[in-house]
Amino acid sequence: MRYVLLMHYREPGEGEISEEAIAEAKEAFGAYGRALESAGVLLSADVLQPSSATTAVTCREGGLRVQDGPFAETKEALAGIFVLELPGLDAAIGWAEKCPGAQWGVIEVRPVATSIVDGAWTR
Amino acid sequence: MDTLRSGGGRREAGPGQGEPGPAARSAEVAARDSYGRLLALLAASTSDLTAAEDALADAFERALRTWPSQGVPGNPGGWLLTVARNRLRDEWKSARAQRAVPLDAAPDTLAHIDEIDVDSVPDRRLELMLVCAHPAIGRAVRTPLMLNTVLGFTAAQVGRAFLVPPSTMATRLVRAKKRIKAAGVPFRIPDRADLPARMASVLEAVYGAYVIDWASGPQARPLPSQALHLAEVLATLVPGDPEARGLAALIELSAARTPARADAGGRFVPLADQDPSLWDPHLISRAREHLRAAHARGQLGRFQLEAAIQAVHCARGQDGTTDWPALLSLHRILHAVAPSLGSGVALAAVTAEVDGPAAGLATLDAVAAEAGEHARRFQPASATRAHLLDRLGRKEEAVAAYESAISLTHDTAERHYLEHRRDLASRQPRPLSAQPSMLFEKPPSPAPAPSSASPPNGNHFC
Repeated sequence: MRYVLLMHYREPGEGEISEEAIAEAKEAFGAYGRALESAGVLLSADVLQPSSATTAVTCREGGLRVQDGPFAETKEALAGIFVLELPGLDAAIGWAEKCPGAQWGVIEVRPVATSIVDGAWTR
Repeated sequence: MDTLRSGGGRREAGPGQGEPGPAARSAEVAARDSYGRLLALLAASTSDLTAAEDALADAFERALRTWPSQGVPGNPGGWLLTVARNRLRDEWKSARAQRAVPLDAAPDTLAHIDEIDVDSVPDRRLELMLVCAHPAIGRAVRTPLMLNTVLGFTAAQVGRAFLVPPSTMATRLVRAKKRIKAAGVPFRIPDRADLPARMASVLEAVYGAYVIDWASGPQARPLPSQALHLAEVLATLVPGDPEARGLAALIELSAARTPARADAGGRFVPLADQDPSLWDPHLISRAREHLRAAHARGQLGRFQLEAAIQAVHCARGQDGTTDWPALLSLHRILHAVAPSLGSGVALAAVTAEVDGPAAGLATLDAVAAEAGEHARRFQPASATRAHLLDRLGRKEEAVAAYESAISLTHDTAERHYLEHRRDLASRQPRPLSAQPSMLFEKPPSPAPAPSSASPPNGNHFC
């Protein structure tokens, strides 16, 4: 079963995090990535640019609307996405707990409803 | 900003950086012991650990500057204490401004320094440990706080042990120290009525250093010698407390087996396959002394029981056999005295060794039913179930249980082991011959705070 771990945390201000802390976090994510890889459960992993780099697109109100910034301004922003193939929620919770982002943010575990595999939606 | 100030960039007051060899260990232990004693004394009157740390760091710096040229004082501990106290007094009297001014290297306050004996001043480390494990301090930070203040490990070193980024750990430590100061958590031994509960928290926090579970990265991690030292300090401070003795014995017995836990290729070696000649006889005999002293008090407790279980396992080094009936009795008592999912799963595994896998499975089912949902995410429960089903010849169910255990395993070596067992189970039509379980060299700990602490897992399989 496919699960997505959505990593949310408060975005640090400019210069708020030292180079050293960034290096530590990279190291922790490196180890986490290797663990996921070695367990054979990792489909993809992406850590996102800050939400200030977001462009929101909608046609909800008729024509195209393109807007700078995220869809919703929240204190904690979406920061990264891990897509995992796992047997069930228990395993997903286990991996979410090990995610370095859980140390300073919140990991949302969402089961995937449908995905494109080999060119078609799975259901 | 506090985070950064206390991160790697902060002046490191603690003695000894990096991992020492065996020869350097006793020197490091001595240095850490005097660090904790000095810090406890300096912070006792104000509950201000941060100011005490800074003062002590200044004293260490000054020692490094002056001792090489003027010679080491006859009483280095007393020298450091006096210099740090003066520093604190300066700090109170005035002024941040004074910080920038270099210290005069030979003030007259040091005239009688050699008469101060650090061993003659009261040892306040028990009070310090009680402060670290105070109910006002969050459970998760108690153990890191002890390692940082009692033993002088830096935030970076403690962070490494918990596999938490050092700056994250530093932030947590700073917050806890602020709280201790702001709330005025007192450095004192509680009343007789409160003492047992408060000591239980201290023991729990020391135990926390022993069952550190990896939090953010899978790396091979030896049993922390930090836990060993912390437990030994506590046993020294309260020699009459049988549980403190029991805890020291428990950690010593587990530490004694460290050299046998991995083979030459770094692969995990289950307890049953370990070569007892690799176990550290010195640590084992120290543990036995603690256990003897504890048992003489005639007050049974959870840590003594866990240590007794370890002692039975270690007895294989002498007579080559494992006394499973004795282990079963001990596990039964342990599960009665301190019931937890971990102690229940361990009881099931040992029951299987004595009364057969069917009895073990029945115990496991009962324990899991009681624990409910939590049991499904508890990796040792799945691994034990797989092993028992395998031995019963219920291969299909065993394979499914192995799959479940594998999906809950984050440690690569352990997962390889389980995958290997699963592959054997899916191939072999006949039951495995009975063999001592690799599971539970030590009983998985009851997680002290189920809401915040992660369930112990791979840590307990070695």
